[in-house]
Amino acid sequence: MNASDAPGLDASLPLIGHASELSVVAWRRGRPVNAGRFLAEVRHLAALLPPGRHVLNVCTDRYHFAVGLCAALLAGKVSLLPSTQTPEVIRWLRDFTADAYCLTDDPACDIDLPRFPYPAERPRATGCWQVPRIEAARPAAIVFTSGSTGTPIAHAKSWGRLVQCVHAEAQRLGITRSHAPAVLGTVPPQHMYGFETTVLMPLHSGAALCAEKPFYPADVAAALARLPRPRMLITTPVHLRALLQAGVDLPRLALCVCATAPLEEALARQAESALGAPLLEIFGSTETGQIATRWPTREVRWELWPEVRLQWQGEQVYAQGGHVEARVAVNDIIEPLDERHFLLHGRNSDLVNIAGKRSSFGYLNHQLNAIEGVRDGAFFLRDGQPSDVGVSRLGAIVVAPGFPAAAILRELRQRIDAVFLPRPLLVAERLPRNDTGKLPQDALQALARALLQRPGR
Amino acid sequence: MSENASRKEALAPATDSTLQREIAGLMVEALNLETSANAIDPQAPLYGEGLGLDSIDILELALVVSKRYGVQLRADNSDNLKIFASLQALADHIAAHRSK
Repeated sequence: MNASDAPGLDASLPLIGHASELSVVAWRRGRPVNAGRFLAEVRHLAALLPPGRHVLNVCTDRYHFAVGLCAALLAGKVSLLPSTQTPEVIRWLRDFTADAYCLTDDPACDIDLPRFPYPAERPRATGCWQVPRIEAARPAAIVFTSGSTGTPIAHAKSWGRLVQCVHAEAQRLGITRSHAPAVLGTVPPQHMYGFETTVLMPLHSGAALCAEKPFYPADVAAALARLPRPRMLITTPVHLRALLQAGVDLPRLALCVCATAPLEEALARQAESALGAPLLEIFGSTETGQIATRWPTREVRWELWPEVRLQWQGEQVYAQGGHVEARVAVNDIIEPLDERHFLLHGRNSDLVNIAGKRSSFGYLNHQLNAIEGVRDGAFFLRDGQPSDVGVSRLGAIVVAPGFPAAAILRELRQRIDAVFLPRPLLVAERLPRNDTGKLPQDALQALARALLQRPGR
Repeated sequence: MSENASRKEALAPATDSTLQREIAGLMVEALNLETSANAIDPQAPLYGEGLGLDSIDILELALVVSKRYGVQLRADNSDNLKIFASLQALADHIAAHRSK
């Protein structure tokens, strides 16, 4: 096998996959940034970064994030990518690694770590076209899941495996240097899906990433319209629903990619017709990275990356092969069809996915019960219809005599991502624990219904 | 400057409170808020602390606003949510741009 066919097996891999210094690496405020300038900015920042080995890269401009990521790699540092940056997560990160500092492009950033502002001045492009190579085995990023207890779990991602994964992704999406789209994302670059699809995949397929992360449907439509063809949109079911319902004119795309939660076939069909492009869904997790795709208007089954395989041990599914180094548990309910295909039936019951952000009841309950004054407390799934953009929220019940719900909510906001904040936070005298101390979800929901119907609410 | 004019300036650019109340009602309904429309302080921040809305709520609300008033909200990015600084700021923006 030619070494370039097996990026994961090479000893080192290039920082970016573009063909020449004139290749467009990014679009920023309507202007192209070529590979020569990008590398000059990466080298400039790499030389300025403080000595600590761990960089919390919170840049909101996706171009700044990409320069920060590559500069960290070049300087021998590791990027930390927690999915949320609440004060509690930052406190935990400080214990996790003593030398972490925060790279930020927001002057108002108040993260409680040493802060290093993204440099304002831009270096001259040197004109020297030599793409640095990074050792494949080096840890490039550490990503975090919430685990089933109160402690996050760190997952180190090596440079080689990250690149190998997005090579498989680019191949599946039909992206090559000669068909290299401009890639616009509505997801943040720090989220695993955004990290892979809106940053690493463009950098390693010769495509161009877009610095912007448009939010409102009209912003998304305008940002897409500004881009040259071919162009693709990387989004989530929540953002896609909003985009299709808003009644804005949408430009024609080459491809739309959606992930974080399953998409109904009807919505996929509506999106394909409105955008004039195929819509592909990606399946993955923070632990495994991306491992499969599906074309929902054509097939219900998912197709794995060519080298990734699933294994079963009792009820538990594991992924292994390709970029998935060691056997990694997959926390979804999966039905195998053949070696390369499967059906997805939902998530394991401890996991929570709200608008693409993932946590677990174990983690959320631990954070709730760690608050002073809370004697007992538990989150539950709210029954009822999801909202217009397809989101169902959580509720929670606490036993906290003498502590008002508003004070508990304020403290909870310091600890967990806002999407998981309970709506409502109900107060009870005790929780319906069974003889073994467990709290069945249906008993919690029944208590919640009773509390909600109390007069005075 | 007359007394009337200066008072008007102090309150500017206040929208009529009917629109504010109407928007507050739409918010409570669309977002299943645990508060009544009348209890929303027109000056209090909607995002984060204050009313406690997050970016998903803002997206839901943007949809309601586009359907009800024909106003497409715009921002440079998701962190630039000035329109949602308060109920009054949102109402002022809608009053200035509504097509329905």
